[in-house]
Amino acid sequence: MPVESVYPQLEALLPLIRKPVQYVGGEVNATVKEWDETDVRWALLYPDAYEVGQPNQGIAILYEVLNEQAGVLAERTYSVWPDLEQLMRERQVPQFTVDTHRPVGAFDVLGVSFSTELGYTNLLTALDLSGLSLLSKDRAEDAPLVIGGGHSAFNPEPVADFLDAVVLGDGEEAVLRITSLVRSWKQEGRPGGRDGLLLSLAATGSVYVPRFYDVSYLPDGRIARVVPNRPGVPGAVSKYTLMDLDAWPYPKSPVVPVAETVHERYSVEIFRGCTRGCRFCQAGMITRPVRERSITTIGKMVDGGVKSTGFNEVGLLSLSSADHSEIDNVAVDLADCYEGTNTGLSLPSTRVDAFNVTLADELSRNGRRSGLTFAPEGGSERMRAVINKMVTEEDLIRTVTTAYASGWRQVKLYFMCGLPTEEDEDVLAIADLAKKVIAAGRQASGRKDIRCTVSIGGFVPKPHTPFQWAAQCPPGTVDARLKALGSALRSDRAYGKAIGFRYHDGTPSVIEGLLSRGDRRVGQAILAAWRDGARFDGWSEYFSFERWERACETALADWPVSLDWYTTRERDYGEVLPWDHLDSGLDRDWLWQDWRSAVAPEGGAEVEDCRWSACYECGVCPSMGTEIQTGPTGDRLDGRRLLPVLPALQHSGGQS
Amino acid sequence: MSKPVPPGDAPSPAVQHMLVRYAKRGKMRFASHRDVARVFERGVRRADVPIAHSAGFTPHPKISYAGGAQTGVASEAEYLSLALTSRREAADVRDRLNAALPDGIDVIAVTEDAGGVPASRLIASEWQVILPGLTRQDVAPAVDQFLSLDHAPVERLTNKGVRRMDARAAVITLEARDDSGRGAHLEMVLHHTVPAVRPDDVLTALRDVSDLAPTAPPLMKRLAQGVFGESGMVQP
Repeated sequence: MPVESVYPQLEALLPLIRKPVQYVGGEVNATVKEWDETDVRWALLYPDAYEVGQPNQGIAILYEVLNEQAGVLAERTYSVWPDLEQLMRERQVPQFTVDTHRPVGAFDVLGVSFSTELGYTNLLTALDLSGLSLLSKDRAEDAPLVIGGGHSAFNPEPVADFLDAVVLGDGEEAVLRITSLVRSWKQEGRPGGRDGLLLSLAATGSVYVPRFYDVSYLPDGRIARVVPNRPGVPGAVSKYTLMDLDAWPYPKSPVVPVAETVHERYSVEIFRGCTRGCRFCQAGMITRPVRERSITTIGKMVDGGVKSTGFNEVGLLSLSSADHSEIDNVAVDLADCYEGTNTGLSLPSTRVDAFNVTLADELSRNGRRSGLTFAPEGGSERMRAVINKMVTEEDLIRTVTTAYASGWRQVKLYFMCGLPTEEDEDVLAIADLAKKVIAAGRQASGRKDIRCTVSIGGFVPKPHTPFQWAAQCPPGTVDARLKALGSALRSDRAYGKAIGFRYHDGTPSVIEGLLSRGDRRVGQAILAAWRDGARFDGWSEYFSFERWERACETALADWPVSLDWYTTRERDYGEVLPWDHLDSGLDRDWLWQDWRSAVAPEGGAEVEDCRWSACYECGVCPSMGTEIQTGPTGDRLDGRRLLPVLPALQHSGGQS
Repeated sequence: MSKPVPPGDAPSPAVQHMLVRYAKRGKMRFASHRDVARVFERGVRRADVPIAHSAGFTPHPKISYAGGAQTGVASEAEYLSLALTSRREAADVRDRLNAALPDGIDVIAVTEDAGGVPASRLIASEWQVILPGLTRQDVAPAVDQFLSLDHAPVERLTNKGVRRMDARAAVITLEARDDSGRGAHLEMVLHHTVPAVRPDDVLTALRDVSDLAPTAPPLMKRLAQGVFGESGMVQP
């Protein structure tokens, strides 16, 4: 039976709210299918506003992968802003998809992509507006299966009570596997009901069904054990790893938003995974090994993507794009292909490396040359050794000198504050570095008007990283260090105006820390905060630390744990971590050794990238049956000029 | 210290200008004028229309927009002008754009023109306003009373603060028509004034002289735009 659109009811509300166009759909490349011609139907939720969620690469990929299948339908749904939420509650309009405005409650699966833990309260709003029970155990037989994925899903325990299932790792094959299991289950008359389907998913070994595991606690509050509570459920759940990215060239034709969004470009992932080994970086740990797309596939995807979207900017995405084995040819050939077409090319992430400036020069040769971002992450050399980001001050000065000399006017430097073992002077070192950058830039460019912006993020220890055991720095300490850094940056009039300083107060990082490393008991705090009005916690205008403190006090009152216990407490080797039964492939002992060697009194020990030095036995490849997939292929793209513009790329371990 | 110069050759000059009349229909009535501009900037690229670009470090496609219907207001008569770097058939540009734009942003007519927005030929608009839950009989007395006024000062809060204007001075014609079952229909022709008096400003003035209370937000649509004379609206 067809499901009716709620658009007529919604339309009456749209004149009353801000930015209504984000809710109407109808974008170029959106897919609309007949309900009755499909038998497995996915609603894909990004639990943030359309302007943030629409450009999300993960959702874009799954939307295409699913919709390419006959008999499968996938539609998108996003968090509604509080102005619309209130009206939807008053007029009883349910959570809807933007593609056809069908109610989310009518779908078979609600897939939720978590890029950040601060979207958890928005999940609850979406579930509630969909008319679903918030708790998996209370959910109706015919309710959609709520399945979480994305990076935060590597520790889904804080939202374990709200999710029916969780997928770790790459989604492309996983959603098809789930689709086929849902289809068989429906065709066979839903054997075993909802639990029957969840059991068949759990039996694959790579879908985690939190409700099928019991967690017990020690008297001191730590976890005693996490064990399956029924037969047929594996003791540990493994992540999915997609091999051969060339066989999965998605998204080919992403949706082109009408509303303004945070990234308006066609993005192609030039590789997935990173083995640089930065110890704070969850993405680099959980997406191993490195799997490259070939230059040929990249060229085809960019060509098709630009034609089908009309975007005038192309982003070459990855965790460290300059590390692609043929990035020099990719940059030169694409710049040649798009010469004179007003198409911008960019590398969103740049390491501190003069080679990156050359690349950026090449990519921007047809367009604007405004700003470059580098991420030394740590202010002092000692700090950078702790995090395994082996950049020397000379590297940085050489890099920015190259940038300013070749016409870049603005350099942004990204650092973290609150790293393990950090002292006040490690943060103050950022000021010295910034001043040296400006001095070098003025000399190299012969101009006074060059600028440098220092941007600081608060460090949050993440699961599946060597810092998963670390104590998070208290927000008061972070705030005091940043205040001192601000004074140091402004103290010297010769530099003050040339240096910008951007940072946020430390409290949202505390809640991110709670939600990152929390266990199932934290779910009650999320529920309490949400009931108390928490929405859009990633947005400073909505975030309230006091509300979260209140929620933790009430929800955790019966346990010997607290907000501090989850965040500023260092863990021991022997402690059962909430995500220990979720297998990212990383050898727990390797992580522990790497953690200990990071904070060793003699200074952090370097781990070199396994792409160009020996395997350091992080454990991922053998345990997941995967391998590094890199070029070079030696291929070139059509349309290039024969100009050897770039020096040969040399990887000499760490920064070249 | 020399001024930086953008890399590459100077942009190709415009050799032809196209005046485009387009509609904003259905769900796309909720697009703002900035949304519409984004849609066209991508649309011309998807359509492979040879759009000219401005010079400088951040080249922009040369598209000029006549004042657009506000967010939430539909239109059958929006205008923009395209500058092209090589000559094209007007009908071909229309068809290519329609294939490239989202449904609801629909190109109605493309004609070769002198370039830029023809402001002197776009000096008035005809609007239709549907007032849900009301009948012609509810609305007609308010219309008569409004038309008998010399001035109808109204205020509207904009991003730039409170704007004050005379709604009566902008009204050329205003009449209540038979209802279509969806509510009372108002049709009006308004001069393009500065600051612009919009149909919702006329509604504000009507509420000042009556107790009109539609049961849902009014549905507004621009029907035509041009020069209003004795024989009606002459559109560019």
